[in-house]
Amino acid sequence: MNEPRNNGIKDSLAWALHAFSNSVHTLWLVFVHAFQPRATLQYPEEKPDIPPRWRGRIILSRDPDGAERCVACYLCAAACPVDCIALQAAQDNQGRRYPEFFRINFSRCIFCGFCEEACPTLAIQLTNDFEMSEYRRPNLVYEKQHLLIDGQGKYPGYNFYRVAGAAIGGKAQGEAQNESPPVDVRSLLP
Amino acid sequence: MSAVFFTLLLSVAVLVVVLTLAALAIWFERRLLGLWQDRYGPNRVGPFGLAQVVADMLKIFTKDDWVPPFADRLVFVIAPVVVVATSLLSFAVVPFAPGVVISDMSLGLLFFIAMSSLGVYSAIFAGWASNNKYALLGSLRASAQVISYEVFLALSVMGVVIMAGSFNLSDIVEAQREIWFVVPQFFGFLLFLLGGTVEAHRLPFDLPLAETELVAGYHTEYSGLKFGLFYVGEYLGMLLVSAVAVTLFLGGWLGPWLPPLVWFFLKVLLLMALFVLLRAALPRPRYDQLMALGWKLMLPLALVNLLVTGVLVVGSGT
Repeated sequence: MNEPRNNGIKDSLAWALHAFSNSVHTLWLVFVHAFQPRATLQYPEEKPDIPPRWRGRIILSRDPDGAERCVACYLCAAACPVDCIALQAAQDNQGRRYPEFFRINFSRCIFCGFCEEACPTLAIQLTNDFEMSEYRRPNLVYEKQHLLIDGQGKYPGYNFYRVAGAAIGGKAQGEAQNESPPVDVRSLLP
Repeated sequence: MSAVFFTLLLSVAVLVVVLTLAALAIWFERRLLGLWQDRYGPNRVGPFGLAQVVADMLKIFTKDDWVPPFADRLVFVIAPVVVVATSLLSFAVVPFAPGVVISDMSLGLLFFIAMSSLGVYSAIFAGWASNNKYALLGSLRASAQVISYEVFLALSVMGVVIMAGSFNLSDIVEAQREIWFVVPQFFGFLLFLLGGTVEAHRLPFDLPLAETELVAGYHTEYSGLKFGLFYVGEYLGMLLVSAVAVTLFLGGWLGPWLPPLVWFFLKVLLLMALFVLLRAALPRPRYDQLMALGWKLMLPLALVNLLVTGVLVVGSGT
C-alpha cells in the first residue's frame, strides 16, 4: 500500500494502521530469530569443514617409489602470476632432473592454483591447510625441506617415469606402463 | 546540611551508575543485535564479552584528539559536551525509587522536555563548526526532525499529566498505583516511544547520522575522545528515553516482591531491548516520509489523544 497522496483522513489512517501492523509483524519475525541457531563458527575452538579441493598451503609430493616428483621444468614458476616461486634445476647421475632448491614466498602467493595446473608431473599440489600465519614475514618463505612431503598427496599411485615415453636414466624406452617396446622398423615381421 | 550531602552523594552515584549503564548498553545492544541476526556479537573479551567496551574505550583514548584546521575550534569542542551534559542533566529529575531522585522539582517533566530540546544544539554546533557539507546536512536533518517531533513528544505526555494531575515525576509514578498509564494512555505510550526514538537519533530514525548517505552525519569530522562522547551521548539518550518512558507509562519503580530500584532497572532494560529490536528490524524511512509521519499523523493523533483524555477525565469528575 502506498503512502496517501490526497491527504484524506480515511486514507491516512488506513495507511498508518497498515504501516503499524506491518512494522509489528516485522518486529515479531526478527524477535523469533532469538530462538534460531547461530550461524557463527567459533573459529579457533571449532574448525571449519574445508572441502578437499580447497586451494591452501602448497606442497611438493613424492611418487610411489619415494622419489621426488618434481622435474624442475620451471612451468610452475612461469605460470605463477605473482612470481612467488623460485627454483634451480639440477641433474642427478642418472640424468634425472630435480630442483636444487625450491622456494615459495607465501607472503606473495595468492593461492590461485595455476602452478598445480601447470605441473606436468603432479608434483606441486595445493592442500586444504590455511592456518599458516606468522609473526615474522621472513618465516613465510618456505624452502624445499618445508614444502616436500613424504607422501603422494592428492594423486596416489602416479609415477611420472612409469608413464613417460622417453628414455631416461634407469628406464629404457618401452619399459613404462601401457607402453610397447619400440618397433624395429627394419624388420617386416608382424 | 545532611540533605545537601545526600544530594551530592546521590548525584555522584547517579553519574557513575548512568555512565556505566550507558557503556553497558553498547555491549547489550551489540549482543542483542547478534542474537537477532543469528550470530554472537562480542563474546571474546572478558566474560560474555563484557570487557569489550573497556577495550574499545582504551582504544579510543589512544586516538589522536584532532580538530580539523578548517573547523570553528571553540564550537567544535563544545558540541560533544552539550549532548552528554543535557542527557546527564535530565537524569536529575528521574525518580529511580521512592526518595531516590536528585531534584524532585515540581516541573520535572517540563525540565526533561526542555533538556531534550537543548540536546539538539549539540547536533547544530557540531554540524556548523565542522565546516563540512555532510556534517551540515546531518545537523540540518537533526534540527528539523527534533523540532518537529518534539511537538508531539510533549503533547503525548500531556495525557499522563492530566491523569496524574502533576508535572512531578514522582507524583506521576505514585498516580500509577492502581493501573500503569500504558493501559489508559496506550496511544500516548506509542507516540512517546516513537518521538523518543527520533529524539535520541536511534535507528530506524537515525537520519542525521545515516551512514549510507551522510558518511557519519554531524559527527563526521570527530575522532578520538570527542567522538567517544557523541557515541556515549547516543546511548545516554536511549537510556534517558527508556527511563522516562518507564516513569511515565510503565509505573516507574512500582511492582510486587522485588525492591523498587530493581523493578525500575528491569523495566528500563526491557525498553532498551525494544529499542534494539527496532534497530534490528525496521528500515530507515525517507526524510520526507519522516516529516509527513510527524506532522500529518502523529501530531493529530497526539491532539486527539489529549482531547479524549481531557474529556474523559473531566467527564468522570475526578
